[in-house]
Amino acid sequence: MASTIDTIYALWLREIKRYLKSKSRVVGSGGQPLIWLALFGVGFGSVFTLAGGASYLTFMAPGIMGMTLLFSSIFSGVNVIWDKQFGFMKEILVAPVSRVGIVLGKIAGSASIAMMNTIIVLIIIVIFGVLPLSHITVPSVVLTLIFMALISFVFISIGLLIASTVNNVEGFQVIINFLVMPLFFLSGAIFPITSKTPIWMQAISVIDPLRYGVDGMRSALLGTGGSVIYLDLAIMFVVAVAFVLVADWAFKRMQAK
Amino acid sequence: MPDSAIAVKGLVKKYGNFTAVDKVSFNVGEGEIFGLLGPNGAGKTTTISVLSTIISLTSGSAAVFGNDVDRNRDAVRSMIGMVFQDPSLDDELTGRENLDLHARFYGVKGEEKKRAIGEVLKLVELGAYADKQVRSYSGGMKRRLEIARGFIHKPRLLFLDEPTIGLDPQTRRKIWDYIKMLNERERLTIIITTHYMEEADELCDRIGIIDHGKIIALNTPEKLKDSLGGDVIRIGTPAPGKLASILKKRKFGMRVKEYGGDAVEITVRDGSALLPRIIALAEKGKIDVEYSTIKRPTLEDVFISLTGKAIREEEGDANTAMMRRFMGRR
Ligand SMILES: Nc1ncnc2c1ncn2[C@@H]1O[C@H](COP(=O)(O)OP(=O)(O)OP(=O)(O)O)[C@@H](O)[C@H]1O
Ligand SMILES: [Mg+2]
Repeated sequence: MASTIDTIYALWLREIKRYLKSKSRVVGSGGQPLIWLALFGVGFGSVFTLAGGASYLTFMAPGIMGMTLLFSSIFSGVNVIWDKQFGFMKEILVAPVSRVGIVLGKIAGSASIAMMNTIIVLIIIVIFGVLPLSHITVPSVVLTLIFMALISFVFISIGLLIASTVNNVEGFQVIINFLVMPLFFLSGAIFPITSKTPIWMQAISVIDPLRYGVDGMRSALLGTGGSVIYLDLAIMFVVAVAFVLVADWAFKRMQAK
Repeated sequence: MPDSAIAVKGLVKKYGNFTAVDKVSFNVGEGEIFGLLGPNGAGKTTTISVLSTIISLTSGSAAVFGNDVDRNRDAVRSMIGMVFQDPSLDDELTGRENLDLHARFYGVKGEEKKRAIGEVLKLVELGAYADKQVRSYSGGMKRRLEIARGFIHKPRLLFLDEPTIGLDPQTRRKIWDYIKMLNERERLTIIITTHYMEEADELCDRIGIIDHGKIIALNTPEKLKDSLGGDVIRIGTPAPGKLASILKKRKFGMRVKEYGGDAVEITVRDGSALLPRIIALAEKGKIDVEYSTIKRPTLEDVFISLTGKAIREEEGDANTAMMRRFMGRR
């Protein structure tokens, strides 16, 4: 019988191997955010000035990192559906491994991939001078990595939760597409949510976990977040733990039928 | 300690109102190859899914080496190997990576893992393809890989759900050889489901015939076939009525009947010993013998006599299905 750590490692390894084998995924997941940054950031930035006069591109950079994390994480749930359809899920479920190990292994694998994608985006952002090199310090990077991990845990768990309720890829995509846009736009990733933002938008934004993640990364990298960074950290931590527990519950329920 | 590998008592599995497995009971001894033979939808996969902890049972009980399959799932899981009916490989990974992953799931590590992977690859003759993506494998190669994977962790009990479905005759024979070899060399207990009678006949020590969720007969292949009364001799002759009455008067065989107006069928214990005597009798009575055949009953005949239908009616193309239906009715 494999220990829970062995199980997590085995499933993590599988996700990484599958990811590295598919070159289109590697290029695509890093490419899309950069296109956003180049087209949206540059185009929009030329007509849009932020209070305080900071560059729009710089403001948007942590938002684009948040977007990379959101997309890579929440879509990773599709792997569970492929596993159900291609039958590999049975191989996992018949094995003498703890069910929580399976869920944590999936999360660990997908989180590593989402974070790798985001780190690539961060490196490119720094190379192009969008983010001043002086902001890249050990504490800022460590804090950013922690936020990246928490953001990915939250959205991978949401992806797993949805994947456990639908059995086909189309259904999964419909739900995800419906969720992703509001999560993204109301997180403050590409425009700040301020007291001037319509009340209903502010209200939804308050329950958008990505808001606290993006805000935290912005505070860590630019020192210009909207709220106190440790409050962001505490909120993200609690939300991540809660969603991982929900994903674990949903996964156990799924395989029981 | 239990002396049986599997003990199933009054097992019931319902899907809603539909009863897929209906009060099934059987035991399998250690080292035995036990077959579940039955047509599509009979409940074979459902039965072994319960035994392998994939699905939970509705009522009754089942134990694997004394471990209850519902209450003691992890103990059961660590003792069994499973080859599913439907594909279950990760075809983006290579064959070796699939085996490696499996070994990790079962806590096989380090040198032991390497050795076991090398050994099973050699056994199913996939060594040369081990580092190719499974996606590029043929159906037979995938099946062999799945079988190899099923015993990499040295289970005490191996489930094979229709292991040779859709394979060509050579590959099928090869897989039969692996199965027998594993059973003999490792004294591995094997549960196999199939709807191929040749397969059940060739491999199994005992067979449970299952239909509509019930086990309707359970015995060794020989005893099952013997239950039909023995071999069927058919004598082609222009005077079947005359021959039949001579044979009946001599009390030949268990059953003598005319067949199709130009032949007689005689059911006997030992066909090859009795055939010359029947032909001698015919000659003495001046009856021409045009041809003679001896047919050992097959498991198919057993199934037909138990259920009144052929086992593979739904299978294959329309022509063979028609032919089987026709043969089943005669
Ligand atoms: N998840 C399910 N929900 C509802 N009915 C099911 C389910 N799984 C199986 N069944 C039904 O249970 C019956 C037995 O199915 P099972 O798969 O055990 O048959 P089988 O003997 O393995 O057949 P085959 O030779 O086709 O594999 C079938 O009538 C099938 O339709
Ligand atoms: Mg089946």
